[in-house]
This record gives sequence, C-alpha cells and structure tokens, in this order.
Amino acid sequence: MDTFVQQLINGLTIGAIYALIALGYTMVYGILRLINFAHGDIYMVGAFVGYFLAFELGFATGPSLLGLSVVLVASMIAAALVGMAIERFAYRPLRKYARMTTLIAAIGVSLLIENLFVAKLGAAPRAFPQLLSEKSYTLFGNAAISKSQILIFAVSVALMLLLQWIIFKTKVGTAMRAVSFNLNSAKLMGINTDFIISFTFALGSALAAAGGVLTAQYNPQIDPLMGILTGLKAFVAAVLGGIGNIPGAVLGGLLIGIAETFVVGYGQNVGIPSTFRDAVAFAILILVLLVRPSGLLGSTVQEKV
Amino acid sequence: MKRTLLSLLLISSLLFAFACERKGGPGAGGQTGEIVVGYYGDLTGRTSNFGQSTKRGVEMAADEINKAGGINGRQIKILSEDDEGRPEKAATVVTKLINQDRVVALLGEVASGNTLAAAPKAQAANVPMISPSSTNPAVTQVGDYISRVCFIDPFQGAVMAQFAANTLHAKTAAIMLDFNSPYSRGLTEFFEASFKKLGGTIVDKQSYTQGDRDYKGQLTKIRSENPDVIYVPGYYGEVGVISKQAKQLDIKAPMLGGDGWDSTQLWDLGGDSLNGDFISNHYSVDDPSPAIQKFVADYKARNGEVPDALAALGYDAMKVLADAISRAGTTEGPQLKDAINATKDFKGVTGTISLDKDRNAVKPAVVLKLQDKKYIYQETIYPEGMTAPAQAAPATSGTSPAAAPASSPAKAGTASSPAKAAAAPAKTEKSSPSPK
Amino acid sequence: MPTLKRVLSTIAIIIVLYLVNAFMSKEGLFGFGFGAYPADVLMTLTINIILAVSLNLITGFTGQFSIGHAGFMAIGAYSSAYLVVYHAQFWERSLAGTVGFTVAHALIFLIAIAFGSLIAGFAGLLVGIPSLRLRGDYLAIVTLGFAEIIRIVILNIDKVGGATGFSVPGYSNFIWVGGFAIISIVIVHNIVHSDIGRALVSIREDELAAEAMGINTTRYKVLAFVISSALAGLAGVLFGHYRSFLSTNDFQFIRSFEIIIMIVLGGLGSLTGAVLGAVVITIMPELLRQLPGDFSRYRLVVYSAMLIIIILTRPQGILGTREFGLSWLKRARKRPEGDQVVGGTGGVSIAEQEPPSAIDEKKDRENR
Repeated sequence: MDTFVQQLINGLTIGAIYALIALGYTMVYGILRLINFAHGDIYMVGAFVGYFLAFELGFATGPSLLGLSVVLVASMIAAALVGMAIERFAYRPLRKYARMTTLIAAIGVSLLIENLFVAKLGAAPRAFPQLLSEKSYTLFGNAAISKSQILIFAVSVALMLLLQWIIFKTKVGTAMRAVSFNLNSAKLMGINTDFIISFTFALGSALAAAGGVLTAQYNPQIDPLMGILTGLKAFVAAVLGGIGNIPGAVLGGLLIGIAETFVVGYGQNVGIPSTFRDAVAFAILILVLLVRPSGLLGSTVQEKV
Repeated sequence: MKRTLLSLLLISSLLFAFACERKGGPGAGGQTGEIVVGYYGDLTGRTSNFGQSTKRGVEMAADEINKAGGINGRQIKILSEDDEGRPEKAATVVTKLINQDRVVALLGEVASGNTLAAAPKAQAANVPMISPSSTNPAVTQVGDYISRVCFIDPFQGAVMAQFAANTLHAKTAAIMLDFNSPYSRGLTEFFEASFKKLGGTIVDKQSYTQGDRDYKGQLTKIRSENPDVIYVPGYYGEVGVISKQAKQLDIKAPMLGGDGWDSTQLWDLGGDSLNGDFISNHYSVDDPSPAIQKFVADYKARNGEVPDALAALGYDAMKVLADAISRAGTTEGPQLKDAINATKDFKGVTGTISLDKDRNAVKPAVVLKLQDKKYIYQETIYPEGMTAPAQAAPATSGTSPAAAPASSPAKAGTASSPAKAAAAPAKTEKSSPSPK
Repeated sequence: MPTLKRVLSTIAIIIVLYLVNAFMSKEGLFGFGFGAYPADVLMTLTINIILAVSLNLITGFTGQFSIGHAGFMAIGAYSSAYLVVYHAQFWERSLAGTVGFTVAHALIFLIAIAFGSLIAGFAGLLVGIPSLRLRGDYLAIVTLGFAEIIRIVILNIDKVGGATGFSVPGYSNFIWVGGFAIISIVIVHNIVHSDIGRALVSIREDELAAEAMGINTTRYKVLAFVISSALAGLAGVLFGHYRSFLSTNDFQFIRSFEIIIMIVLGGLGSLTGAVLGAVVITIMPELLRQLPGDFSRYRLVVYSAMLIIIILTRPQGILGTREFGLSWLKRARKRPEGDQVVGGTGGVSIAEQEPPSAIDEKKDRENR
C-alpha cells in the first residue's frame, strides 16, 4: 500500500510538471493553431536562467525560500521575454502563410536554441543549486513526500489558478478567448491581436520556465537537451487532454505522469517491461484519440461547408 | 529565370568538380611530414560531453608527443570531425577523414553503436582504428584493423559481480540500467550472469533512458524488493541524480557502478548521497603514482578540470597509437595495424595495456569506494590469464594488491549474447564483414 | 505514347546509373571519380530524396500531416535486414550454385526490397486506417507516436541487435539507390497526374467538398498513406544495406522532422521541390564542416539559423507548389511571374491560384 501511495506521489509530481508545460502548448495552439516545438526548449531556458541567477545573486550557497522565489520569478520573466521574441521574429512574419511553414520555423528555432546552448555550455549535465532543504515527510509506512514535491504541487496549483483567473476574469483573458475563437473577427472587434498573441506566448513561456526551475529543484540535473523529451511528452499530454483546452492540458499532464510511473512500478505484473515506459505515453494517446478524436476534454466541432 | 538556371548549373558543376578527384592509392599519406590522425566523436549532440572529453585527452597526448619532438621526428596533427552522436554521421565523417583528409589512423568513438557504424569503413580502407572507450565486444569483431584500449563489458560486469558477491557478501541485487545504451545493457548482462554464478539473485531490473530526470518510480519499485546492492551501470549524468533520489527514498543499499561514473560532475550532481557507493574503473585520479598525478595535474592546467575516465582513455589511445607508429616505423595501414595489435605492456594512465588476440585491451580493473568526493582504492581485479604483478597495482590505501584474488571473471571472447545479437553476420572474426 | 522513346530513355538512365556508380566506386572510371566522401554524401542524398518524395505524396499532395516517416523507414530497414541476415544464407547457397554469387545477391536484395517495402506498407495500412480519420495536428502527433513506439519496440528485440545495433550485408550501391529513387519519383509523379492524384489534391484543398463530390476520401487517404509508407520502407531497406549497420539512434523523431523540413523548404506539393529540399538539407550540414577551427563547434548553430532564414525569406518553399522543369522555364520566359497556369508536360496541376493562406483558413475552420 505504501509503495502504491509512493508511486502515486511520484507520478503526480512528474505529471504536474508536464501539465505546466502542456499549458503553454495548448494556449498557443488555441490561438494560432501552431504546434510550438520550441516550447520544450523554453522550459530548458527557464531552468538555465534560474541556474545562472542562483549563482549570480549568491543564492547558491544554501537553502533559502527568498532565493527560490526570486529565482523562480526572474526566470519566468526571462523566459516570457524569450518566448515573445521568438514569436515576434520567427513566427509573426509567417502568420499569413501555411501553418506548416510556421511549424518548420518552430522546429528551426528549437534546433537553434538547443545547438546554441550545447555549443556555448556543453552538453554535460549541471547540478542545479539546492534552494530548498532536502527534507522528507513520512506520510505512513514507507511512503514519503519531499519538500520539493510539496513545492511543485503548491506552485503549480497556484499558477494554474492564476492562469484560470487571467483567462476568465480579466479583460486580456477575454480578448485571448476571443482571438482563440476567431482571430479575424477579434481583430474586427478592435482587439489588438498582435499584443494578445505576444501575451499568450509570454504566459505560456513563463509557465514552462516555472516548470523548469521546479524540476531542477526536484531533480537537480539540468542540461541543454532536457527539453526535448519532456517537451514532447508535455505536448502529448496537451493533445491527450484536447489541445486548445486548458483543463484538458492539466488532466493530460497528470495522466501521463501517473501512467508512466505505474508502468515502471506495476507494468511487469501485467507483462509490460519498464523499458516500454516511453512508449506508454504515446500508446495511451493513440488509444484515446481513436475513441475520442479530439482528446479527452476537446470538443468535437460540427463541420460547416 | 535563365539566370537561375545558369547559376544552378554553375553550382552543380562546381560541386561536381569539387567532388571529383583522381583516384590514388590507399590513403596512407606520405612517409614524411606531418602524421595526420583523425578523431571522430559526438561534439555537438546529446553525448557531446563524452566526445569533447575524449577529444581533450587525445589532443593533450598529441601535444605532449609533439613537444617531445614528435614520432621519429614527425609531428602529429589531429583532425576532428563531429558525428552529432548519430551512427549514420559517424560512418560519413570516417569516410571523409579516410578519403579526403587521408588520415593514417582513426581514434574514436565513445558509444559502441557509433563505432560499429564507422568501423567497417576503416576496415575496408585498411586504416587502423583505436576506440578509446567502446566497450561492447562486437566492436573489435568487425575486423583486424579495429582495436581498443579499454576493457570490455564482460570483464567489467563480472568484476563488479565478483566484488559484490565476494567482498560485500551480497546475496541479492537489483539492477537499474540505461536501456538505450549498449554499454549499460552489456554490463547488465554480464553482471547478471556472473552474480548468479556466484550464488546471488537478481531481484529486480529497472530501466531508464539517458536524459530522464525522474527515477523515483523505478527506485520505489526497487525499494520494495529490498536488495543488498543496486547495480547502476550508467553514466555520471544520470547516476548522480539516481543516487540522490535513492537516498531521498531512504534506500540504504550501496550502489555499484562502472567507469561511466567517473567524472568530477558526479559529485556536483550526487553530493553526499554517493558516499559508500562503489565503482569499477581503469584507474583512480587519487592514485599517488607519479605518472597518474602528472597526467591529472597537466590536464587540470590545460583544461581547468580534473580528467574523467574518457579523457584518460582518449589520452591513452593516442599514446598507444604513437607508440605503434614509432615501432612500425611507417604509417602504412597494414604494418601500423600489426604494430598496434602487438601492443604489449604499454604503460598507460589507465593501466598497463596489452592487446589480446581479439584486439581488446587486457588490463586489471580497480574497485573504488566513493567517499567525500574522493575515490578510495579497494582492490584490483585481474582478468583471466593475467597475474598480479608484485608492484604494479595502483594502491592508494594500504590494501595489498597481492591479497586480491587474481581470479577470473567471464571469458571475454566466449561471452554469450551481445556478440551474438550485435553482429550476426560479422560473427566470423577475421574476415571483413562487408560482402560488397 | 511513343514506346521507343520510353525504352530509349530507360536504357539511357541505366547507362547513366552505371557510369555514376563506376565514378563512385573505389577504382573510379578511367582513373577518375568522386572521392569516397562526396560519394557517401550522394548516397545519403539519394536516399533522402526517396524519403522526401514519398512524404510529399501524403503531406504535400494530400495535405495529411504525418511526422512518423522515420518509423516506416525503420520498419523497412529492420524487416529486410532480418530477412537477409537470418534467411538469406540458405538462399545464397542454393542460388549461388545455379546463377553465381552476383546474381544471387541481386536476387536476394530484390526480395529484401520487396519484403521491406511491403511490411512498411502494411504497417502504413495498420496505422492509416484508424488514424486517418483524425484531423490535421492530431494525425501528426499520432504518426509521431507510432514512430516512437516502433523505435522502442525495435530497441526491445535482441534478435535485431537491440541498443547495440544490427550488422547487415551491404548490398546497396548507387545503381540500386539511384534506380529506385527514379522509380519512386516516377511512381509519385504518375499518381499525382492520374485520377487518384486529382482526388488527393482535392482532399488537400477541401476535404468536405471532395467528399460531397463523391470522392471516397478515407479510401484515397489510406491509399496515399500506404504508398508513402511503402516508399519510406524502401528508403529504409536501401539505407540499411548501404550503411550495413542499423541502430535505432538513426530513426529518432529528428529524422522525421528532417524529412518534413525537406519538403516544406523545397515547396509543399512540388516533386522537384522535394528533391531540391533533400539536396539542401543533406548538403548544407556537410558543407558547413568547412567552418574554420574553433568556429566548427557552431556548425549546427549556423545550420539551424540558416534553416530559419530560408523559411523566413521563402515562406512558400523554394519552389512553392511549382515544378522545376523545362516546360516551366519555357513558360516563365513567356509570362511574367505569378501568372503561372499549370498544365503542360512538366508541371503538376495544383490549384496554384489559391494562395496558401486560403487553404490555411479552411484548415483553421476544420480545427475549430
């Protein structure tokens, strides 16, 4: 039983990170119908900004909650700026062309960020400074939850609530929804769509950076290519939940996280070796899409001619 | 439009002219002037930290040789090419190095998969290739031009199994392997076989892939099996965090690893949680022997960091090659190959290297204990047929090397399935495997 | 159709293939030839052309976004390699006695090619039937998922080498690769110019309207997908038997991305564009190896920056949906640019008058 609870906690922790990144994918997709392949790399950039800031600002010496909050917020801001810059210079000029073109630009940007970081910093993993003490709390039996896991849950829930508030209670959120409903009509209604798109990129990138710093607290190992696999799985999570749908992204992220952990923990009992873990996210996705072609929470839109 | 067509034609004819050449003899270059040696490795990809490390070791060795007057008065020039960690590119760049740059010999790769992709090209062109650190047995089975300066998976896996069973008296072990890495899978296989032979049981086997950051699922599963030791034959990037997360889950069993653990970054990533773990390695950076201390100090002065195992192996590969060139007195492929394959008792940083008939380095392994950012020498384990020399063992602490049983881990050549699985048609050992 | 002309051009092609192959061989032709390195790049390039052309059929002409091509390539490569490594020795022995080794090898390789392509095509059918009812990006991620699953499954099969890799006899040479590249181009060209091709293009332009016109869209989409997968499998067979070593690391999703980049860069829905894209994407990183000294570590940085620059300056692809050919040149001389009407012998009829953004709008509507 305690092993089960432990695995559940492990799964939810990864799932929360996936969810934070998936939110960025899903928001950008909702507005531009663009799979922003560079998003996983923004997550990496966030972690690296946090890494360098922690050293620059002198927080790397020991655990401090102040240090952690400063690093977290600063890297979110930095990543937001990077996200906006990418949109401004690589995607906006292509907006009137086929979506496939923007997609290639996204792949190009992703490769550029990865290659630049590897060339400048090397591919060797680096140890992220410990900004939070390594304390674990025993729940019962052998099941324990560490401080960094609690942090991940707390911060991601807070950020998701904040996002929900922005989207549904603020003016800019209303505009975002309008743009996502129909970009051209929104423009006709006097909405500054360029600003809204920029804002969406900033928001998504900030969430990804938060994911990056939080992961780095939990697993203090960062490298320039850390965004590839995590980004891909977060994207799978977004599609699983129904791309363009915000609660869907969270649900998808948590599901993928739990499923992966359980394949590792219990897969052998049902004949799935743990080596198939990375295939599981995709297998779940395919099965779900075959039954629900628009994902778990995605709405099927009636086609009009 | 006409201009477009014309320029296209011009470009293609230029390319053609560039690509076209007079076919010459074998690419051995001249017998005077610079000796051009090719290095290929992952310099920009996921495993580029390994490739760059090895490259630094190779370049340092070459510079030392050049400063000392070169080989028979000839200077060495290293040409490096990047294969991005992709087997296909490895074959392409080796083709380039052999045919365009006319290198006399090749050094590389770290990952066995990439070496296996490139080795047939070297074999077919009669250009010797020394792999610094590809440990899969299949690598040198490609042909007689391919050799290596590291020990192979069967030996290293057995070393740790022996240490676990005989010294630590472990009865049960769990394994945590990098499923995507031939290195990790090879070590796992031979650890498992030897450990079982010595009466132990493998209670659980979990896998991860390079680039993962969360291992708690696997570790929680392992914890529920409560093994005496956990064998983690991976690379330091992942291992440090695995160790840390294991301690977070309150796993007390010591972890055992291989030479992939050896890096200064291991300590940054794993910290104190590594205390009490053991690794098998070629040598110990803390070994007081003057040769090793000079190497470590020089490397540090040059690159600003302590060398890892890959840098040391790259260094030794270059030195072994230089030694062979000077013995052969020529850089012609066939003679040079024979000289390399006849390497015997070469005093390298990573131990005394002799190549056996399968062109694998036969050298003892040391078992080190990890404690407070230091590698503490435990014992030396010798391969079969090699007896412990009275004084040569790299003893750091007081343990007498002679006390270590010079017993026999699995026999290299006859080891079972990776060789079988890896290179089915290339199983015959001497003939070139490319039936073109 | 003048059959004589056809026969003559076939003979001419075969002669050219033989000459190029001789040029690329170790001995060269009359002592002259390509260096082994350019020859190696040319082989890779030709295999990439097959991949790009085949992907263009499903993505460029039919408008179904697939990023799983590396998976089908892997299936072709591994299944044929399995056949050759585990079964061919027996055939070789029985065949070599009657027809000699060269012919025996050629026969075995032909069987391997047929087998690999068929298996890949069959996999395409299995993937295509359920997933082609998904729209746009959903299809993309499902194909990507299948490719990754295929890779992980192969990684788990020790009989084909698992993580270490799988050594394969090197049967391919340029005659095979170049010949099959031409055959692939001809196949795709003929499909695009047939009734099927018009149906496919109509699906790309407006699937609903095509359906309303009585086109069985699912059938055509699956058909295109299967052919495309089989050709990718073919490329995989040629690749495996050229490299004579297979590793799952060569079939990661980055390869699928590269093929997509080729066809978008060259111009979606243009055959010659796909070829041009393959040329650019294969040659560019190799040419960048000339970067001097310490700057060489930025090779891939420069490469990805150039990708972005090309796509920003030629968003519709280098050739757009046009075809590069003699007839295009003739027309281009007569007409000002932008007023291209399709038809004629070299061009492919695609609704060029409609700017890509219009297609896009349509897609957007579907996705909402």
